[in-house]
Amino acid sequence: MTKLNPLFIGLSAVMLGMAPWVINAAPYESTMGLVQKVFYFHFPSAILFLVAALICGVASAIFLFGKKPRADGWAIAAAELGLLFGTLTLVTGPLWARKAWGVWWVWDPRLTSSLLLWMIFSAYLLLRRYGGPGSDKLGAGMALFGMANVPFIYVSVNVWRTLHPQTSVVPTLPTEMGIPLWFCFAAFTMVFVTLLNLRARLEHQRARIEALYLAEDEA
Amino acid sequence: MIGSFFRVAWHVMRKDLTVEVRSKEVLLTTLFFAVSVVLVFSFAIVREGRAPDDVAAGILWVAVSFSGTLAMGRTFERERYNDTLRALLLAPADRPAIYTGKLLGLLVLLGLVEVVLVPLVGLLFNAPIFAFPGRLAMLLVLGTVGFAAVGTLFAAMLVRVRSRDTLLPVLLYPITIPVMIAGVRGTAALFQQTPDLAMAQFWIGLLIFWDAIFITLALWTFEPVMTE
Amino acid sequence: MTRWRLPSDFDQVAVVDLARHYGRRKALSQVSFTCASGDIIGLLGPNGAGKSTLLNILATLSSPSRGRVEYGNRTAAQGGAEIRGRIGMLGHDLFLYPELTARENLVFFARLYGLPDAERIAQASLTRAGLADRGDDLVSGFSRGMRQRVALERALLHEPRLVLLDEPFTGLDQASTTALVARLRERQQAGCIIVIATHDLDVADGLLSRAIYLKNGRIVGSDSDSRGLSERYRLAIQ
Repeated sequence: MTKLNPLFIGLSAVMLGMAPWVINAAPYESTMGLVQKVFYFHFPSAILFLVAALICGVASAIFLFGKKPRADGWAIAAAELGLLFGTLTLVTGPLWARKAWGVWWVWDPRLTSSLLLWMIFSAYLLLRRYGGPGSDKLGAGMALFGMANVPFIYVSVNVWRTLHPQTSVVPTLPTEMGIPLWFCFAAFTMVFVTLLNLRARLEHQRARIEALYLAEDEA
Repeated sequence: MIGSFFRVAWHVMRKDLTVEVRSKEVLLTTLFFAVSVVLVFSFAIVREGRAPDDVAAGILWVAVSFSGTLAMGRTFERERYNDTLRALLLAPADRPAIYTGKLLGLLVLLGLVEVVLVPLVGLLFNAPIFAFPGRLAMLLVLGTVGFAAVGTLFAAMLVRVRSRDTLLPVLLYPITIPVMIAGVRGTAALFQQTPDLAMAQFWIGLLIFWDAIFITLALWTFEPVMTE
Repeated sequence: MTRWRLPSDFDQVAVVDLARHYGRRKALSQVSFTCASGDIIGLLGPNGAGKSTLLNILATLSSPSRGRVEYGNRTAAQGGAEIRGRIGMLGHDLFLYPELTARENLVFFARLYGLPDAERIAQASLTRAGLADRGDDLVSGFSRGMRQRVALERALLHEPRLVLLDEPFTGLDQASTTALVARLRERQQAGCIIVIATHDLDVADGLLSRAIYLKNGRIVGSDSDSRGLSERYRLAIQ
């Protein structure tokens, strides 16, 4: 994984750099104009936000039940990325909403649930930071609960009638809009994977340094 | 095996309730706090002597949630006091059984608080609490169980952590908001002018599902999370 | 005093290359020793030496970062609840509910341990502790010495094989100390393995069959001659 890092970084940089041009080439949407293009960032961010939650949850389960210490590094990395992409989602969302619905914020289920998930990530990171020794186990326990909430978040859209575009809007996009969307999706995923790798590696190396430090004056 | 699980849970619960009956400290302070929350929110919201419609459900659940968090913190503080939590963990009893015992004790406590809160809210806001008592009771029971199940686990987890008083709400509220939403919406559906029974039914269903998943999760994670 | 030997009983506890880290802090490192039935082992050392940490690990409440503890031929992970059932601990904070009476405390723990006829066992314990007439008083009203006696009986309710005591002599008067020593000797005769973490060298002198000196999480000495303990302690620790 580490050998591929330079490749990942390079690819992410290139794709992210190209994104504005690709987005610019996409046609304007009739009712929304320029602001609609925020969607190209918002949608991938939102999906990766959920993916981060899943990764954090699974890594936490492996750490807690499978007792694999390395899994903890992945869990923290995923949580921090979840916070990042969640912030992106919650910022780009209202930008879109203001134009589309006239208000910055609406308390519909999906927006609210995204905010909740964001808060769960924040709580997890606060616990890791201020929980003292042993907070890795506590955090893992808490992350499991956070992840278990994700399906409830997804279900809420399909149960309630909502202002949010129904989940099925994406397949019906015309190709000229589909291409920039999937390109941005790929670019963001690339960035996500890169950052996840780098951050997890940072955690693993920190653990290794600690182990070396501890082993230092053993006989 | 199953027998000893419930036996242990029963004894832990009995012990908690015995301690509580002696001092009544947690019950009375929690109750008073819950009533204060209701009043504070009433003062904040009531205008010209009338409350906006539909606030009754929200206020009820906010009071349950806030006072519940307080109660959880206090019951585990007791176990911290003479390090008795370690003694409990030291016993050859099933750890999840200990968790269950603490949970049941907490539920009894919160149940007593709600027995006072519901009529109070009904009185202050003219809410039709006797219109659908069965469904209302189900919502309250399921919601409280969900909230307490997660809270008991988190409070136990945080017993040795220095900033436990602030971290407990920080961790608990985001995770249990689905329960709160279900509770409030379900209760509101029952309290509104034309009660929406189907909606209430839906939220009850969701709560059953949520409770089942999260209680199972709590039982699984209690042991690994409590070993240092 | 004969007692039934349970299938899960063990005759020896072996600590093998034990280490416990908290982040970068080494609470324990390279701790190894063995103790057998009839031993009274003293863990001696300054504050922060790792005595309580070691006791916690021996009690299976904490898991080691490295190394293992063998109870007979099983580790804590293999034995699980069974091993816990053969361990009794008297913590520094006594493990008693102040809002309950002495009897209620003992009955509760007896029930928790699944002991049959909890009431009778509790009564016997109260009598042995010399508190039969105070059994129905709240523990919060007891002096330190009285609480200590109840706490010790609580730890010994299920006749554990391994008895762990964390600073048991703190704040005790002469009479209580003598009673505690007598009870420990009686347990020693019954074949228990007793591990005591203590500062109180005067009392430990003559009681211990072996002393292990801990400093900064490591064993810095150990000897089986418990006479002249103060001198040996000074030599080992300084």
